[in-house]
Order: sequence, then C-alpha cells, then structure tokens
Amino acid sequence: MNFQQLSALRPDLAFIAHWINPRTKVLDLGCGDGVMLDYLQSDKQCSGYGIEIDDKEIPLCIKRGVSVIQRDLEAGLAIFADNAFDTVLCLSALQMMKDVEGVLRDISRVGREAIVSFPNFAYWPHRIALLRGRMPVSKSLPYEWYDTPNLRCATIKDFEELANEVGLEVVERVALSDGEPVSFLPNWRGSLAVFRLRKKQ
Amino acid sequence: MTSIGIVAPQSMFFAKPLPLQSGAEITDYTLVYETYGTLNADRSNAVLVCHALNASHHVAGTYSEDAGTTGWWDNMVGPGKPLDTNKYFVIGVNNLGSCFGSTGPMHINPATGKQYGAHFPVVTVEDWVQSQARLADELGIKQFAAVMGGSLGGMQALAWSILFPERLRHCVVIASTPKLTAQNIAFDDVARQAILTDPDYHGGDFYAHGVVPKNGLRVARMLGHITYLSDDDMAAKFGRDLRSGSYQFGFGIDFEIESYLRYQGDKFSTYFDANTYLLITKALDYFDPAKDFGGDLTKTLERTRAKFLLVSFTTDWRFSPERSHEMVQALVNNNRTVTYAEIDAPHGHDAFLLDDQRYMNVVRSYFERAYEEIDGGSLKAGASA
Repeated sequence: MNFQQLSALRPDLAFIAHWINPRTKVLDLGCGDGVMLDYLQSDKQCSGYGIEIDDKEIPLCIKRGVSVIQRDLEAGLAIFADNAFDTVLCLSALQMMKDVEGVLRDISRVGREAIVSFPNFAYWPHRIALLRGRMPVSKSLPYEWYDTPNLRCATIKDFEELANEVGLEVVERVALSDGEPVSFLPNWRGSLAVFRLRKKQ
Repeated sequence: MTSIGIVAPQSMFFAKPLPLQSGAEITDYTLVYETYGTLNADRSNAVLVCHALNASHHVAGTYSEDAGTTGWWDNMVGPGKPLDTNKYFVIGVNNLGSCFGSTGPMHINPATGKQYGAHFPVVTVEDWVQSQARLADELGIKQFAAVMGGSLGGMQALAWSILFPERLRHCVVIASTPKLTAQNIAFDDVARQAILTDPDYHGGDFYAHGVVPKNGLRVARMLGHITYLSDDDMAAKFGRDLRSGSYQFGFGIDFEIESYLRYQGDKFSTYFDANTYLLITKALDYFDPAKDFGGDLTKTLERTRAKFLLVSFTTDWRFSPERSHEMVQALVNNNRTVTYAEIDAPHGHDAFLLDDQRYMNVVRSYFERAYEEIDGGSLKAGASA
C-alpha cells in the first residue's frame, strides 16, 4: 500500500503516518483491519504488531500481512517488554477503555513515543447538542448514549492533563476535521484529537 | 463444498535405523502417507499436516464412494478449502507407533521376528519430526511452505520450527500447547491405567492371545472424549436427558451422555490399538521442548525462523488459550512474526476439527497470504525462512 492509497482510504491515518520514522518498530493498539501497519510495513519498512479483539477484523489483518494478536488492549500490552517499540499507536480506541489511565501508563512503558487519537467531545456540534439538552450524535460520535462503545468522553484540554500525569509529554497536538488539521480554535473545530507524545526523560 | 475425491495412501520404506530420543533406535521402518495437489517446479508449495492422537495420514478425500471413509480434516484441506490443494501440495503422514499403517506395535520386530507389542520403543514428538524430515528428504522437499497441525499435531509443527528452523517458512499451531500440565498428564495416566490393568492386555502381547483389551480402550477413549468437549457443549447436546424417559435404578445406561460415551468407546475399541494409545499418550506427556533450555520457552524458540500462526479456542480446557498465550509471548520476546487468533467457539478442544467460519477464515486468509510468496510456481526472492 502506498501513501496515495492510504490518503484516499483514511486521510486521518495519512496525516499521522508522517510522524512515524521509516524502519522503526510500531505497535498498533486496536489496529482494526490493519491498514495503518500495512502501509507502514510496505511504504516505510516498519515492523511490529497489531492488537485487535474484533473477530471480523482478524482475517483482514492477516490478508494484509499484518502480525495481529487477538487480545484485548490491556492483555495485549502486557506481553511486550519495556521500550519494545519506537512508536505505539492508539487510534480512536482509547475512549473505549475502562482503565484509560492504566492503558496510557502501559503505552508509555512499552513505547518511546505514542500517538493517541480520540473523538473530541468539545467539537462544536457536540457542544450545541448539549446546549440543546441532548447527548451528541455525530460522524465522530455516531452512537446513541445507550449503545455506545465509547465509555470515556474527553476533550483536547482534558487529555493533556492525564498524559502529563502518566509520564508522557505532548510533542504535538492536532485537531483534525475530515483528516485536515484545524489551527484556529482547535478544541471547538476539530472532531478528532490527535496527540503525539514522548516519554518524559 | 467438494472434496478432493478418492485418494490412495502410499508408503515409503526406510532401511537406515532411526535413533530415538530415548537412546533406543528403530532398525527400519515404513511410513504411510498421502499427498494432495501438485508439487510446483521449485518444490516450494509443500505443506505438511501433522496428525493428533487418533488420526492418521488420511487427512482429506475418501477411499471410496462411502462418505464414512472421509479424511479427518477434509473440511480444512481440499480444492477451494482453507488449505487449498489447487495451490498447495499437501502431505499427510502417519506417525511411527501408530496403528494405521506406518511401523507400529503390531508390526514384526526384525530383531525378534515377533510382533513388537509393548516392546515397540517409546517415541517422542521430536522422533516423529525426525522421521517426517526423512520422508521430506525422499520427496525432494528442502523447505515446507508450512508445517501445520492441531493439538498433538500442533506440537509437531512447533517441534519442526525448533529442530529444523530453515525447513519451514510458516508454522501453524492450532489448539496446542508447549507442554502438558499436571492435569493433562493425570488424565493420560488414568487412560493408560485402564488399558494396562485390563486382563486382556497381557503385558502388551494380546495379539498372541487373540484378544484385544477392549474394556481398557473403551474407558481410555471415554475419558479422553470428556476432555475434548466443553461443559457447555455437553450440556447443550445431552443435558440430563434420559435414554428411556425415567431412571432405571440400576447401573445400566440412564443418561444420554452415558450412552454417547459408551458408543464412542465401543467404536474406538474396534479399530484402535491399545499399545498405540499408550505410546501416543506418552509422546504427549513427554513433549516439553523448553526442558533443554531450563524451562525457558523464549530461549527455546530463539532458534526458530518461521512465521507463526497460532489459533486457540476459548472453551478448550484441555489446551486452553493460556497455553497459546505462552507461545505467543515467547515468540514476541524473540521478535518473531506471529499472528494469533482466539476463537470464541463453544465446542471445547474438538473445535479445531469443526467448521467455525471465523476459524476457517483465519486459516484461509493465512494460507492465501502465504501463497503470495510463491509466484508462478516458484518462490519469490527473499521469501525463504
């Protein structure tokens, strides 16, 4: 898979891919169909593993030649040694974790750098929905309150605090809207929060 | 789905003695095997399928129009099946000590001119792998595209990756374990005791007495069968259903599960050899490749070169997912390429023989991807293990 194919398929991932150096070791937590690792392996000669729990994604990963391990994120992280990876990806998965803090601590344990993304709860359509007295339902939060897999709702400002607490410093912080970075009022206008983090020395 | 059709076993004689792990040796021996599909020009598309306790070289296809002669993994191996014989050249081989054709306890010991019986040397998983490697040599296969097996077959695949790292590109280990637990060994020993204490066993020389230790074999099989099924699966299939609608207040058959297990035991005792059962359960118990490495599985697997696929089933309590996790952990510690699928199937250990779409899709996808290394009948550059 080349960059153009990735951009067409997943513009958000294409944006993030720039932050990952060629020939590095990558762990992708909640790797889905494995498209990101597929791209990183074929275009950037990276290596690594994907962790995914969903039965229907596993054969898709296998077809892409991605080394996928079917475990939940907590158990999946536990099998890796300290500093085993150059970069740990946790893209649009953190909000589904029960123990977000524990997962973040483990991410900072196994990786030197981490890239974490999650739907920004402070995105303006979400704020308007709440002002109207309703829980937001949008492209980035497509579920009703009673059937959502998203256990944790956070804003860009919220996350930065927790990242600092678990020993990660923010290298870059970007709000994306349809895969494009938003620089003006990011905590209002960005639907996806993306953090590039580094382990504190 | 169509099967590969009618197949026929072949056999190969080996005159060179096989040294065994125990220090003993087998003077000469025959291996019975079957092949399906076509070996490609550079012999890079061969897959060895290793069998478990009561199976054989007859992996796929039938021996006649009778569906009762269908191979044990016909749902997995054949044209268009997950292990596709239109692409791969698949070999099933019967292990030494078995009772399905390869040299075993009922064959003549050249040293004595009598049947081996209980004197057939105890063989290990590693001994089997050594004998399989000799068959591969004779068939001109230097490197398998994959070695694959479920349960005890998975142990052979794992042993291949350790003993002959360069001779397989992929190692497919399903519903298996890097060693038996105390509980596993305990079950095996109760099964052996059932056979050894059957008066018809005659110290293993029952052939000469014209009898078979049927009762021992029956009990061994009944016990084994319990460990192949999950509690839930048994409850769903049999529950507390009664054979004749009410309690009989005797020691005959009351419950359907009793009837089922006795039927399985009876059937088994008509075709399986008691000495083979003892040998194979010993091979299971002894398997522990990490033993030579201070119990360190990571160190044990350091020498492997293959890429791995591991599959386990959530309700398998014989070789539970935790056993597969140990292997995945050791492979990850060694930075190996490993894919692991944990199938949430209700059927216990037996699930590895059954048609679960998720499981079949995993294996199918894996072999499809592995075939991309082979192009136009020859291996692509840089694809070897």
